Amino acid sequence: MLDWKRISFFFLTVIVVLGCIGATSPKLVERIKLGLDLKGGFEILYTAEPLTAGQPLTKETLTQAADSLAKRADSLGVAEPEVSTEGTDRIRVRLAGVQNEEEVRSLMSKPAVLTFRGPDGTVYLNGTDFVENAAKLSYDPNTKQPIVEIKLKDRQKFKDVTTKLTGSTLSIYLDDQLQSSAAVNYPIDSDSAIISQTNVNEATKTVKLINLGAMPLKLTEKYIQRVDATLGTASLHQTARAGLIASILIFLFMVIYYRVPGLVAAFTLITYIWVLLAVFDFMNATLTLPGIAALVLGAGMAVDANIITYERIREEIRAGKSVLSALKAGSKHSFRTIMDANVTNLIAGIVLYYVGNGAIRGFAVITMMSIIISILTNVILSRWLLHLIIRGNLLKKPSYFGVKEADIRAL
Amino acid sequence: MLSKRQYSFVKNRNTFFAISILICIVGLAVMLFAGMNFGVDFKAGTNIDLVVGKQMDKAKVDEIMNGLKTNGDLKSRFAEPTIGGTNSDRVSIRFDDVLTDDVINKIQNAFATTYSATVSKEVNTVDPQLAKELLMKAVYAVGIASVLICVYVSIRFEWRFAIAAIIAILHDAWIVIAIFAIFRLEVNLPFLAAVLTTIGYSINDKIVIFDRIRENLRFSKLKTDEDLVALVNDSIWQTMARNVNTVLVVLLAAGCLFIFGSESIKLFALAKLVGLTSGAYSSIFIACSLWYLLKRKSLSSKKKAAA
Repeated sequence: MLDWKRISFFFLTVIVVLGCIGATSPKLVERIKLGLDLKGGFEILYTAEPLTAGQPLTKETLTQAADSLAKRADSLGVAEPEVSTEGTDRIRVRLAGVQNEEEVRSLMSKPAVLTFRGPDGTVYLNGTDFVENAAKLSYDPNTKQPIVEIKLKDRQKFKDVTTKLTGSTLSIYLDDQLQSSAAVNYPIDSDSAIISQTNVNEATKTVKLINLGAMPLKLTEKYIQRVDATLGTASLHQTARAGLIASILIFLFMVIYYRVPGLVAAFTLITYIWVLLAVFDFMNATLTLPGIAALVLGAGMAVDANIITYERIREEIRAGKSVLSALKAGSKHSFRTIMDANVTNLIAGIVLYYVGNGAIRGFAVITMMSIIISILTNVILSRWLLHLIIRGNLLKKPSYFGVKEADIRAL
Repeated sequence: MLSKRQYSFVKNRNTFFAISILICIVGLAVMLFAGMNFGVDFKAGTNIDLVVGKQMDKAKVDEIMNGLKTNGDLKSRFAEPTIGGTNSDRVSIRFDDVLTDDVINKIQNAFATTYSATVSKEVNTVDPQLAKELLMKAVYAVGIASVLICVYVSIRFEWRFAIAAIIAILHDAWIVIAIFAIFRLEVNLPFLAAVLTTIGYSINDKIVIFDRIRENLRFSKLKTDEDLVALVNDSIWQTMARNVNTVLVVLLAAGCLFIFGSESIKLFALAKLVGLTSGAYSSIFIACSLWYLLKRKSLSSKKKAAA
C-alpha cells in the first residue's frame, strides 16, 4: 500500500528545493566575489617597520597603515580592496579586477612618508603629525611658484621643533626624497608649512600622494602575486568546467551503481553545492582557485557519506533484513563512521587554518564549511528523504538499491 | 567462511610492506641527493608565467631568454623554462632572485615582440625570509595535525588503531612527497594543501575499516592468531565496496581537475591523485596489517597469562 502522504512530501521537498536552486542560482553565481586569481589583480604581503629605528611597532599603527593602504586603493577606483593585518608586523593587500595595474601598484608600494628632518637626518615630525587630506596646491604670492601647503595637527609641537632647530635647517622629505629645505630663523608659531615645488604637475602629484594618507610605517614587499585578467578568467572557466564534468561523472556513477538512492545522493550533492555557495555569499567571502579545488574535493567527501551509508544498507539487505530495517540499521551503523571521519578532517582543516596563510586559509575555510554542510545535506537530508520514500512504500524492492535477489541470505 | 576464498591482505603483508618501504627509500635517496624541486613559495625569487596565445617551442624561448641575458636586462639565474598549457602556449620560468617590475616588463615585452602577440602574465614573488617561514609552517602543520588526529583516534578507538593509522598516514604523505621528488615536480603552496588533504582523506579510509574491525571485535571470540587474521581480512573485504567506490568518486573529481582544470591547479590535482591512490592503497594493504601486528602481541601475552 503506497503512503501518499509521505510520497507527496518527498516530491514536494525535492521540487521546492530544486525550484529554489533554479531560481536563485544564476543570481548567486553572479554575486559570488571572485578572488584575484580568478579575475586578475594582485596580492602583496608587506612587512612593516617603524619609520625610525627603535620606535615600537604597535597594533594601532599597523592598523593605521592598513587603513591608509585601503584608502589609496579606494582613491584609485579599485572595487572592494581587501586589506588585512597579519601577526604583529604584516599587512596583506588583495586587489581583484584591477585595470590600471601599473599605476595602482606603484602608488600602493610607495609609502608616501612625509617627514620633517633636521640637518643630521633626525626625524622631528612624521606622517601622523599632519592633518589628513589637508594638503593643497597653491602659489607663492611673491614668486608665483607652485607650492604645497600642509597642515599640522599640533601647533605647539611645530613650535617646539622649530625652537629647537632655530639657527639650523629643517628639511621636508617625501619618502627618502628631499622636497625642500629651509633655514629656520626663528620659532614658527603656526600650524601650516609649505613645500616649494618646481612645476604645477609635480605639485599636483605631491598633493595627491600626501592626501592619500601619510603612511605611519615603512613597508617592504615580501610576497607579490600578480595575475592578468585574461589569465584569471581562463582559470575560472577551465576550473568551473572541470568541476561540472566531475559532478556529471559522479552523478552518473552514483545513479548507475546505487539506483534510486543514487538519485537521492545526486540531489543532495546539488543541494550541498548550492548551500555552500549561498553560505559563501552570505559570509561575503572571496572564492579563489584553491577554494574551487576544495569545493570539488569536498563534493567527493560529501558523496563518500552517501556511499558509506548505502553500502551499509546494501549489506543489511543482503543479510536478509527488510528494506526499512536495513535503512534503520545501516543509517545507525554508518553514522558513527561518518562522524569520526569528518571530525578528523575537521581537525586537519582547523590546523591548516591556523598554521596556513592566504591561499591555504581559503582552502581550509571551504574544507571546514563543506564538512559541516555535507553532514546537513548528504547525511541528514539524504537520510530523511530515503526514509520518506521507503516508509511511503515506494521503494520496497532490493533491486532499487542495486542488490541482486540472489545475493540475499535468509535470516 | 568468506576469508577462505578471498585474497588475504594480512598474510601477504610483507610484500606490500616491502613495496611501500622501497618507494619511500627511493624517494628519500632522491631527496637527499637532488633535493626537492621547490617553487618560489618555498625557495624565494620570482616565478613568471606567460601565456602567449600561440604555440611556443623550446628553442625560441631559450633564444629570447639568452637575448635578455646578453643585453644585460636580466641578471638573475633561472631554472629551465617549462612550456605547458593547452597548445603549448604557456611558459613558466622560475628566477632565483626577486625581479623588479622593470625587468618583469622587459621579459614580457621580449615575448610579445618575438611572437607579436598580447602576452598575459602571472607573477609570484617571494622574499627569502618569507619562503623559509612558509616551509617551517608546512612542517608544523603536518606535525600538529598528525598529533591531534592521533589523540582523537586514541580517544575514539584505542592506541593501537591510532599508531597504525598515523604510520599509514605519514606513509601516504611521504609517498606524495617522494613521487614529487623522484619526478622533479614543483613543490609549492597548493602542493602543501594537497599533502594535508591527503592526510584528511587517508584518515577517512582508515577509520572506515578500523570502525568495522572494532565492530567485528565485539562479536568475536579471538582464540588463535588465525582468528585475528580472518577477522582483519573479513573487515577489509566487508568495506571493500565502499573503499573502492569512494576512491573512484574522489579520483574522478581530482582527475577532472587535473585534465580540465587550469594550469595553476594541475599540480595540486596531481598531488591529490597520488595521495588519494596511496591513501586507498595503504588503508587496505598496510594499515590493517600494522594493527594486526600490534594486536597480535596482546593476544599472545593474554594467552601466556591464561596458561
